[in-house]
Amino acid sequence: MTRTVVGPFNRVEGDLEVALEIEDGRIASAEVTTTLYRGYEQLLGGRTPLDALVIAPRVCGICSVSQSIAAATALRELAGGQAVDNGILAANIAHAAENVADHLTHFYLFFMPDFARAEYSDRRWSEATTKRFKAVSGEAAREVLPARRRLLEMMGVLAGKWPHSLAFQPGGTTRAVGMGERVQLLGLVAEFQTFLEGALFGVALDDILALENVGELDAFAAGPGRASDFAAFLRIAADLRLEAAGCGPGPLMSFGAYHGVAGPLFARGLRAGDEVLPVDAAAIGEDVAHSWMRESAAHPFEAETIPAAQKPGAYSWAKAPRYCGKAAEVGAFARQAVDGHPLILDLLRCDGASTVRGRVVARMIEVAILTHALGGWLRALRLKDAFCHQLEIPPEGRAAGLVEAARGALGHWVVARDGVIARYQIIAPTTWNFSPRDASGRPGPLEGALGGLEVGALGARAPIVQHVVRSFDPCMVCTAH
Amino acid sequence: MVWLQAGSCGGCTMAAIEHGATGWFGELKAFDVDLLWHPSLSEETGDEALAILDSVANGETPLDLLCIEGSLLRGPDGSGLFNRFGGSGRTMLDWVRRIAPRARYCVAVGSCAAYGGIPAGAPNPTDACGLQYEGAFPGGALGEDFRSRSGLPVINVAGCAPHPGWIIETIAALRMDDFAADDLDALGRPKFYAKTLAHHGCERNEYYEFKASAEKLSDLGCLMEHLGCKATQAVGDCNQRGWNGSGSCTHGGYPCIACTSPGFEATRSFLETPTVGGIPVNLPLDMPKAWFVALAALSKSATPKRVSQNATSDRVVQEPRRAKGPEA
Repeated sequence: MTRTVVGPFNRVEGDLEVALEIEDGRIASAEVTTTLYRGYEQLLGGRTPLDALVIAPRVCGICSVSQSIAAATALRELAGGQAVDNGILAANIAHAAENVADHLTHFYLFFMPDFARAEYSDRRWSEATTKRFKAVSGEAAREVLPARRRLLEMMGVLAGKWPHSLAFQPGGTTRAVGMGERVQLLGLVAEFQTFLEGALFGVALDDILALENVGELDAFAAGPGRASDFAAFLRIAADLRLEAAGCGPGPLMSFGAYHGVAGPLFARGLRAGDEVLPVDAAAIGEDVAHSWMRESAAHPFEAETIPAAQKPGAYSWAKAPRYCGKAAEVGAFARQAVDGHPLILDLLRCDGASTVRGRVVARMIEVAILTHALGGWLRALRLKDAFCHQLEIPPEGRAAGLVEAARGALGHWVVARDGVIARYQIIAPTTWNFSPRDASGRPGPLEGALGGLEVGALGARAPIVQHVVRSFDPCMVCTAH
Repeated sequence: MVWLQAGSCGGCTMAAIEHGATGWFGELKAFDVDLLWHPSLSEETGDEALAILDSVANGETPLDLLCIEGSLLRGPDGSGLFNRFGGSGRTMLDWVRRIAPRARYCVAVGSCAAYGGIPAGAPNPTDACGLQYEGAFPGGALGEDFRSRSGLPVINVAGCAPHPGWIIETIAALRMDDFAADDLDALGRPKFYAKTLAHHGCERNEYYEFKASAEKLSDLGCLMEHLGCKATQAVGDCNQRGWNGSGSCTHGGYPCIACTSPGFEATRSFLETPTVGGIPVNLPLDMPKAWFVALAALSKSATPKRVSQNATSDRVVQEPRRAKGPEA
């Protein structure tokens, strides 16, 4: 048995270290270490509750809007009020634009460049993949970065700027969109759709939205979409058997996303096998047995965050969130599996678990769904109505904001006392996925997905390790915050 | 160029890559900047990445530009362990101190790397600071006397996150050696964007002139009197160039929080203006209080009805037209 520490594990948003024990060309066990702690929960204590809208988004510059919306949702729950309809729609639009930008950035800049590595130079797809996806110099970046930039121009219209906007308030959004601006926004969506229907999908968005099973997905990749970047991934995935790699132990959880008057676009729930159960927020707790944190209550309404850098047996700044004691996997695959997307359910049936292929496919499907939804939400805005109203934040109380970031379930728990924040706890998506072991020794989802992985003679340097880790689209800055 | 992330949220990188008609990589290439390693963007990982950085730290590979994003975390107890650099067995603080003296220019991208930023807010749980400042005070991780090989101190591209243009324009000007000590302001910020106030060019300026103030977020009026706006006290050309195309904070309907200023994180109640006797405690940067009070009173009494009505609405409810005589 050899133990190898892999790091800096880059292209993961922030920094990551993974310790692998390898035996006979197979990973026997993995320890996932979050190497950064900034103390956001400590920074929020003692402040006036609305200051969370300034501080909390700065947990993460990648999913900043998601963090804003989680904070605004928690404060709205604390106030016991509602946001105005336009405010909900405008927040959904900005949130979806960020989510799509995140998925795009992950696919093109973080994930695909690993297939351009020299280790694959003997593969028939290597030359084309290197030309297109090589980190920094690949030709895809020249198209995708400007497309991403134009998509994010929606933030300039709706939210002032990105990342880190104060536009997302408990009662709605701070800028009323006018008639001309709606047209500008629809124009940006149409332009982005043109990019998707060219480089990424090579077919009409509707054709991606219509994919219902693995057979249709394969037919897309071999047929009308064969020149697209998505199809390039699917062919590589088939060659490298990524449908069998990085199997998540489950269950799959989603807090539900894009809430509106008619309920969320993506449902909230917990999928375990064939069942989807409601999420019981009281069943969420964080374990710190292997975290550099002092022991504390499990539930975020009672928990403290007090660092203990010298704690024996600890190996990560991340806490270990558990749902009824289980290490739930979160993210686009979980979100779509909980929502019952037919293609994702078929992948789950065929592969038996969340896998490297499934996670990437779910993200691409979401890019299509959300780009389509953007147009609908923009048309649903009632431009003569208000976008924001005032909600009074009570001096005492506690509430949670449970939302979805691109990378999965995101929760903010706030306790107010005497008009200030007495406690603020955050559980981010990658806190779930990249959690360390808990007191019972149960590994986190990535630790579980790496366990048993065949790495062959290359050991820890095998590129499959990179694929499995990055398939989760980790955001390490969020993880321990 | 080498880019490192310390105690960061990654937002400065996200901002940086928003720029350029052919993308950020295309822009770097246009200015002849070779990206040796970037944590979010480079292929090299693990040992390969450490080999590049070791070679820079040893002086084997020459380095023109070092960009650091994120606060430098000195805790706990001076160990730097709140921010280890994965796989290296060293802290990021240690890496930065080894590499910075090798760089021709050292750039703090964002207010965290410049001054400490949000993580340095009370109670500063990680003992966070900037590269060469601790808030507004010289010092920080590299110390007051640090100079990069060019002889310049750390260049502070302050902002949370900075405008993508500020980042690439600083990088490109440095690459062209078109940068001298007097191109920096007293807090190390490039004057090309720090020589004006965030207030300059604000689309709410008519409301400001008449002290026609917004009463709640989403109102069109000036955000200074009630809603905590610090644009008259914070540097930046924020309202002279578009953010994400056409935006800015005040355009977005919310106040400037002075994110280009050291210590901005110390503000309590960001969305309220602290006042004494109805007068804001923080007045426009170089304006005597007596004049401000006198002019405010005068302009309030002269405010057209259109301006005062629109100021407390989320859209224009009164259009401009002649006060007297035939309508245009």
